[in-house]
Amino acid sequence: MSLEGMLIVSAVLFSIGLYGTLARSNVIAVLMSLEIMFNAINIALVAMAKFVAPQSLQISLSSVLTGHVFVIFIITVAAAEIALGLGIILAMYRNNESVELTQADILQH
Amino acid sequence: MFVADVIFWLLSLTAIIAALGVVLVRDLFRSVLLLAVVFICVGGFFVLMSAEFLAVVQILIYVGAISILFVFAIMLTRDVRRGNSPNKLQIPAVFISTLVLAALVVVAIGTEWNKIPAEDKSVVDMVQINAITAMTKEDLLDVDKTLSESNEEPVGLADLLIGKFVLPFEAVSLLLLATLIGGLALARRQEGG
Repeated sequence: MSLEGMLIVSAVLFSIGLYGTLARSNVIAVLMSLEIMFNAINIALVAMAKFVAPQSLQISLSSVLTGHVFVIFIITVAAAEIALGLGIILAMYRNNESVELTQADILQH
Repeated sequence: MFVADVIFWLLSLTAIIAALGVVLVRDLFRSVLLLAVVFICVGGFFVLMSAEFLAVVQILIYVGAISILFVFAIMLTRDVRRGNSPNKLQIPAVFISTLVLAALVVVAIGTEWNKIPAEDKSVVDMVQINAITAMTKEDLLDVDKTLSESNEEPVGLADLLIGKFVLPFEAVSLLLLATLIGGLALARRQEGG
């Protein structure tokens, strides 16, 4: 377990999430891939907080917790995003009878 | 450290296979279950990196709330049988994500990280493990004299959240309020339409 190992795992998870976001046609699957990307970023942030020395380490010891604070904010924003996203999906299904991205083209016509 | 390495490899293998399953499996319900596996593995990574509080938050919010929300969304939209079909962008998507992966790996390996020196490692671990209970100066002086003496007290997550990061903290509360109102507005049935 090293910083590089953690960052590589995070990069792999991020790319898998990116692939899923680009290549799926179901909106729920796209949202799930987005969640994988969020989690990959959280892993990278916590790894940075654990292994990399912040510049202000000598002045303020609490700066080693900055990464953790960022992760808390990201989790909050992700939860809000998912709650709204699933609401939008349900509204889309009510209007469209489908959650396929290719059929969500009302604005094109 | 050997045990930590073994756990790290097991967790990363499970996480990556489960994540591949999420994006490749056709049955949406199965991919939600695999997504929960990914979340639990990420929680394991947090424990491994001495971020226990974040691991608990991860299990509570992601595994407990977000996965269940996904299950509800899938059940309510009845598109499960049609499933997780890929769209026409397969090859560009593989290309772009491979490029991003290569770039990230090159940067992760090639950068000269300013790592925490070995003599400070124990006090940093101490602060991160006790992020909730907020270490006092006396506790820290027992672990590491040089680094702790110049520091202000106390050192904890809560003090950061309502001290240095109070503005983002309030902004997030506003965001949650906006999400609440937005969710209500979306879920309400429009009259006559």
